[in-house]
Amino acid sequence: MNITLQELTKRFPARGRKAKGETTAVDSLSFTIPDGMLVGLLGPSGCGKSTTLNMICGLETPTSGHIFFGEEDVTALPPELRGVGMVFQNYALYPHLTVMQNILFPLENLKGKARPTREQMRDRALEAARLVQIEDLLDRRPKELSGGQQQRVAIARALVKMPRVLLLDEPLSNLDARLRLQTREEICKIQKKTGITTLFVTHDQEEAMSISDRIVVMKEGVLMQQGAPQQVYDDPANLFVAKFLGTPPINVFEGEVKGGMLTLAGQKVLPVPGAPDRRVWAGVRPEGFVPAADGALTCELSRVEVLGRDVSIVCAHPACPAGTLRAILRSEHEVDPAAKQVSFALRPEKTFLFDRETEVRIPFAVPAPAGD
Amino acid sequence: MTSHKDYETMQRAARRKSGLLQALTYLGLSIWAVVVLFPFYWMVLTSLKSYGAYNSEHTPVFFTLSPTLENYENAFTAVPLGGYLLNTLIFAVATTAIMVVVSTLAAYAFARLKFRGKNLLFGLFLSMMMIPSELVVITNFVTITNWDMRNSFPGLILPSITSVFYIYLLKESFEQVPDELYRAAKVDGTSDLKYLWKVMIPICRPTIVTITILKLIECWNSYVWPRLITDDQAYFLVSNGIQEIRENGFGRENVPAMMAAVVVISVPLILLFLAFRNKIMEGVSRGGMKG
Amino acid sequence: MDRNSKKAWLYLLPSLILLGLFLVYPLIDVFVYSFEECFNFASQTYEGVGLYNYLYVLHDPYFLQAVENTFVLVIITVPVSTGLALLISTGLSSIQPLRNLFQTVYFLPYVTNTLAVGLVFMVLFQKTEYTDGLINLVIQLFGGESIDFINGPHWAKMFVLCFYTVWVVMPFKILVLTSALASVNPDYYKAARVDGTSRTRIFFRITLPMISPMLVYLVITGFIGAFKAYSDAVALFGTDLNAAGMNTIVGYVYDMLYGDSGGYPSYASAAAIILFVIVLTITCINLLVTRKQVRE
Repeated sequence: MNITLQELTKRFPARGRKAKGETTAVDSLSFTIPDGMLVGLLGPSGCGKSTTLNMICGLETPTSGHIFFGEEDVTALPPELRGVGMVFQNYALYPHLTVMQNILFPLENLKGKARPTREQMRDRALEAARLVQIEDLLDRRPKELSGGQQQRVAIARALVKMPRVLLLDEPLSNLDARLRLQTREEICKIQKKTGITTLFVTHDQEEAMSISDRIVVMKEGVLMQQGAPQQVYDDPANLFVAKFLGTPPINVFEGEVKGGMLTLAGQKVLPVPGAPDRRVWAGVRPEGFVPAADGALTCELSRVEVLGRDVSIVCAHPACPAGTLRAILRSEHEVDPAAKQVSFALRPEKTFLFDRETEVRIPFAVPAPAGD
Repeated sequence: MTSHKDYETMQRAARRKSGLLQALTYLGLSIWAVVVLFPFYWMVLTSLKSYGAYNSEHTPVFFTLSPTLENYENAFTAVPLGGYLLNTLIFAVATTAIMVVVSTLAAYAFARLKFRGKNLLFGLFLSMMMIPSELVVITNFVTITNWDMRNSFPGLILPSITSVFYIYLLKESFEQVPDELYRAAKVDGTSDLKYLWKVMIPICRPTIVTITILKLIECWNSYVWPRLITDDQAYFLVSNGIQEIRENGFGRENVPAMMAAVVVISVPLILLFLAFRNKIMEGVSRGGMKG
Repeated sequence: MDRNSKKAWLYLLPSLILLGLFLVYPLIDVFVYSFEECFNFASQTYEGVGLYNYLYVLHDPYFLQAVENTFVLVIITVPVSTGLALLISTGLSSIQPLRNLFQTVYFLPYVTNTLAVGLVFMVLFQKTEYTDGLINLVIQLFGGESIDFINGPHWAKMFVLCFYTVWVVMPFKILVLTSALASVNPDYYKAARVDGTSRTRIFFRITLPMISPMLVYLVITGFIGAFKAYSDAVALFGTDLNAAGMNTIVGYVYDMLYGDSGGYPSYASAAAIILFVIVLTITCINLLVTRKQVRE
């Protein structure tokens, strides 16, 4: 079942007594979550992603716009009738109940015909527990569990009512680094096993990129871009998305396009056929630099950091407002650490141009790779 | 989309239900607010009615068209209410001031100084919190009587000073001050007393203000000890004064004058409360003693 | 002793002297008094050591009356005030506008002089030859018979005492419960809403267990406080509580000590110790019962 958001807008009354008017948390947001997919809703904190999640699960009512689960408009539906399972950032496990009681809790809320018998409830709870591998912990209380185990209990509690949609709010942020890696694979596995349409919210782009089938990037309540992680990374729609995705982050230069050539601080560095003449931001991914004696981009070498598999070159360039830029090279492309300067050629498919004012991507024709 | 219509009616019903619940909540809360406020209203109202007007109302009237201040005049002239107020003020201020100094010194010793038996002693202090005042008041009464201190301010004040709970609160607050500050001050050659005065007390001022206010309230309302230790009207505090007024003053039936006295006694505390509302409520919720 | 230790003890000295004189010594002394038979206050002499004081107190009809009154007061006011406070703080935390105003108003009884406001309650409930009093007016309005709550039948007096006690202890309970309710993480409620939990179920299955430590605390302090009731009774019925038949255990202790019937510190001590044995027992039972419940 697809989930479709249509022109979804949420405004809050402004906080504070003096400030009048409203703040817009989510602004005409439209996107579709395809059936059975794991989608990451990504953005910096305060970008409206949690508000979006709350609107989908029904805890917040949108100011305008619609939410569809499949064909059904659920905009006005209270949360319990939507069939959503939600995992909260701090898990919200009831501390006075055992794991089993926590998982049973949603089922015990059901009324009338929908209410299963005690036996059925137990079976379903056990099934959910088995799915997330916590069958041994059913009699414990939440505070006796590790963070990762609590996370699984929360997922089991969300899954036990067989929701149409699973929503996870920052599912990994309360875990330590090692557990985070393990848990994100766990989530991915559970999602694949159940095939349930899942949306999770995160501010960590690496997390989103690594497990999502699709990502949706938001900024200040506005949709920036959506698509498969690799596609968004390779083809960012604007400077924000380009900067937000990727570690180490993309290098941004102040540049200008003149007669089909990208010019950085007077150096003509890359032919960009088809791009109109104007002032631009030029973004180059760290892996977009190729050291070459006759490279067009000459930088001042600051230091070389050997990272094992890769080498990270930190240098300075006058067109780079951040001061330093970082290139990631394979070890074989050795750069002489003692050298004062280093020259690079740029890979056109790793270089993106954005309008200086609107920060919107300016396409240019990437030439077919040269004969080598 | 018929199902959509259903949801809308459902939601409307839910909204109506929660609106009703909200209205009921406000109604209930307002009723209790009236129960709380009514005695205050009644005492102010009655205090403004003249003696004659009050006594001619067989059915009490909820307002007065001819407010008079004669009862207040009466309260200060017919009975020594001014004296009671002054006594209470002296008692409350002196007790609180000495309490703050004594407790600060003790709390500082527990929080910052190192000495043998500190933990044991502090444990003993904490266990003293559980000693009920009703048990010790008997011997204190005998002690003060033997010292010939009945009907005197020292007799009133001395047993009222100590408060283990406030020492505990202050110690907790002092321990929040980072140790580095103390070491830095020591390196600069600051004496302990100066450090306490110049660093600890300013940093912990919120707690000190809180315990000061709480102690003032406690003193203003204290009744049992003053009643035991004073039988000379010249040393009565307001609580005993009001009891005296009730039993002997004004003639038993002069209710408006009594109410004027009650208003005069209540107003200072209510003003103090309104001025330090948050401090008082926070302090009380950290360890209320009444109730 | 090194210099630092000396300094520390110097800082502690005032507290130690005061606490020793007025808290520790009296605590020991009260037991001594309670066993000294026929203690004469004027000559400070006694004739023997034994349990006579306790026997006397336990056979004194005034004491038995005081015990009965105190127990009735405790049994009525503690559940009523705790339940009412729970109701009010739940209501209070479910509203936004006017919340601060309500909170301020509800706290007012805490900062008022018990004796002074008790006088107002007396005026409201009293029936004199001039007027039936306001409360009786209300009762008559509903077709009831007017009663003198202050000098009338025992149950009426008890009612006023309970009412006033509840009025006085409510601020503290409302304050504690409101902050306990506010400290419950709102995510629990959100999670419950997503699962479609009904209001009543949320209240009984989530809210109540979450604030149960504070409720236990309130019940225990409420018991202790109610057992020590005294000034509320004085405020309503005057200092001669025995004559009014409204004495409390603490009132009995003070009456024995001083006042018209006073001058018997030994009897007072015995009565005070009996009171604290009762309080201690009930507190222990309370703790045991609640601990058992928490474990289940």
